[in-house]
Amino acid sequence: MHIIVCIKQVPDTKHVKLDEKTHTLIREGVESIINPYDMYALEEGLRLKDQFGGKVTVCTMGPPQAESALREAVTYGADETVLLSDRAFAGADTWATSYTLAKGIEKLGPYDLILCGKQAVDGDTAQVGPGIAERLSLPYVTWVRKIEEIKDGRMKVQRLMDDGYDRLELPLPALLTVVKEINEPRVPSLKGKMRAKNQKIQVFGVKELGVDPDQVGLQGSATQVVKVFPPPRLKERAWIEGTAESQVTQVLDKLNLLKVI
Amino acid sequence: MDYFLTEEQQMIKEIARKIAEEKIKPIRAELDEKEEFPRELLRVMALSDLFGVYIPQEYGGFGGGAFENCLAVEELSRACLGISTSFAASGLGAYPILLYGSEDQKKKYLPEIAGGRKLAAFGLTESTAGSDAGGIMTTAELKGNEYVLNGTKQWITNAGEADIYSVIAITDRSKGPRGASAFIVEKGDPGFGFGKKEHKMGIRASATGELIFNQCRIPKDRLIAREGMGFIVVMKTFDMSRPGVGAQAVGLAQGALDEAVQFARTRIQFGKPIISFQAVQHMLADMATLTEAARALVYAAARFVDSGAKDLSKAAAMAKVFASDVAMKVTTDAVQVFGGTGYMREYPVEKMMRDAKILQIYEGTNQIQRNIIGQELNKEGGRKKS
Repeated sequence: MHIIVCIKQVPDTKHVKLDEKTHTLIREGVESIINPYDMYALEEGLRLKDQFGGKVTVCTMGPPQAESALREAVTYGADETVLLSDRAFAGADTWATSYTLAKGIEKLGPYDLILCGKQAVDGDTAQVGPGIAERLSLPYVTWVRKIEEIKDGRMKVQRLMDDGYDRLELPLPALLTVVKEINEPRVPSLKGKMRAKNQKIQVFGVKELGVDPDQVGLQGSATQVVKVFPPPRLKERAWIEGTAESQVTQVLDKLNLLKVI
Repeated sequence: MDYFLTEEQQMIKEIARKIAEEKIKPIRAELDEKEEFPRELLRVMALSDLFGVYIPQEYGGFGGGAFENCLAVEELSRACLGISTSFAASGLGAYPILLYGSEDQKKKYLPEIAGGRKLAAFGLTESTAGSDAGGIMTTAELKGNEYVLNGTKQWITNAGEADIYSVIAITDRSKGPRGASAFIVEKGDPGFGFGKKEHKMGIRASATGELIFNQCRIPKDRLIAREGMGFIVVMKTFDMSRPGVGAQAVGLAQGALDEAVQFARTRIQFGKPIISFQAVQHMLADMATLTEAARALVYAAARFVDSGAKDLSKAAAMAKVFASDVAMKVTTDAVQVFGGTGYMREYPVEKMMRDAKILQIYEGTNQIQRNIIGQELNKEGGRKKS
């Protein structure tokens, strides 16, 4: 099986601070990590490799320093690594990012499965995974909490829902985005750490990918961040207690008082 | 302090620490409470290649030595001694094969142990033979192409959980200590079973129990080295493994010290954190100094072992005896720094204190270690004929 895992290097949100004026992340001096949800995708890929054989290729788009995230993936057991990096890719929104990643994946040749984390902890959009699948015309399932079975070119998966889970079947190749319930990521191995030191990282830019420069980066982005602001604080809150009936009465009273109904 | 570790040694430490912090700490109290064997954690260590750090590359290991093993064991012990004991006991079971096994035995067993696919154990102690290994009753008799083992081993770490057992049995009682031999017994061999699992004061996540040999038949090529080599195999195995017990002690002491410092910085009495009181500071200072001294001795002994030196017994015994006495003191004092809080199961230091005691007892009691050191001093003194 050839499994491609898409990862993103993000600031370690455990230690990140916000600029009080611009409300953007202060990235200076903050350690970069692999997006935690992507770690579950990587682990699932490694488990499938352990089970079925084959290889795991890890792919990321980012600045040159994102190479360290790929090396880290190798310490866990990833076989090959690809960095999509070019000045032209900067400022990409999810539209341009999914286009670029899809182009990178096409260049990697035949594959059976693409795995992504459900979302990145910095942008929180959860759009890039499905975006890649749409670009590649692949079937996809988001929020996968379990791969039940892979057999005869088809797979059965469970999708986590608010009130339980769905069971879905889809043909391969396909794309899944995974939630943290799917597994518990392993720890790097000594052999992996040794290999990561000398791992050759392939770098693809606009030229190597043969992409249209107008479709990548800021140029190719359909959205722009105009302003970042903290959500308005709710001024007044009230806690309603009592039996269900009395709670309904209390809510109705309040709504009447506010002339909402 | 900086011990000038190589890049590879640093990697071993990092991996073991990550396992300790992320995988062991969250569940150590539960495993201790339930006396549950850490099967899943050992799998994590196997995937990270930790089981093979001291095994040569030609047998599927990482190619390090006793020192590399000490680094892994120390970090694991910082989080839980019970779990590190389950890990380290596999090494104790592997050393007889590594040191004295035939090429075929090494090729068959070491890659499995190095990869963590199979767990090993070491079987010496019996109800009549603890410090006095001369009291071994278990026998092995050659009958045709097989040895037949009879007897019972007790207090064996990883009993029932391990797949490969290095076992000492008497092949010729008339020869005294020279009548003992070492064998490899596999789980599933006919006539090989397990007795009761012990309930212990500490290291409760580790499994301790009996090995029962009842007309247990094994192929004769499972003999390690030659008949009569049993006690030499045991002594040399302990020379290799005792710095590892020292490393366990250093890790445990460091873990207790870390907890004590954190607690003392946040516990307010008389309007101040208790670390601002000299009575507490001096306790912590002694704990830290002893722990660092133990680490320096253990590292020196492990590096001495790896240097290929011949007379290892004294250094190995010193590392074990000093570090384990330090661990007992430091964990006891950590409970004292915590005060009443430390006595409660909710906090980790009472477990650390319970765990520490075994370090002064297993792999040769500290009294036996002092005997070894004393005898070596006597031997050395005799050689200097000035």
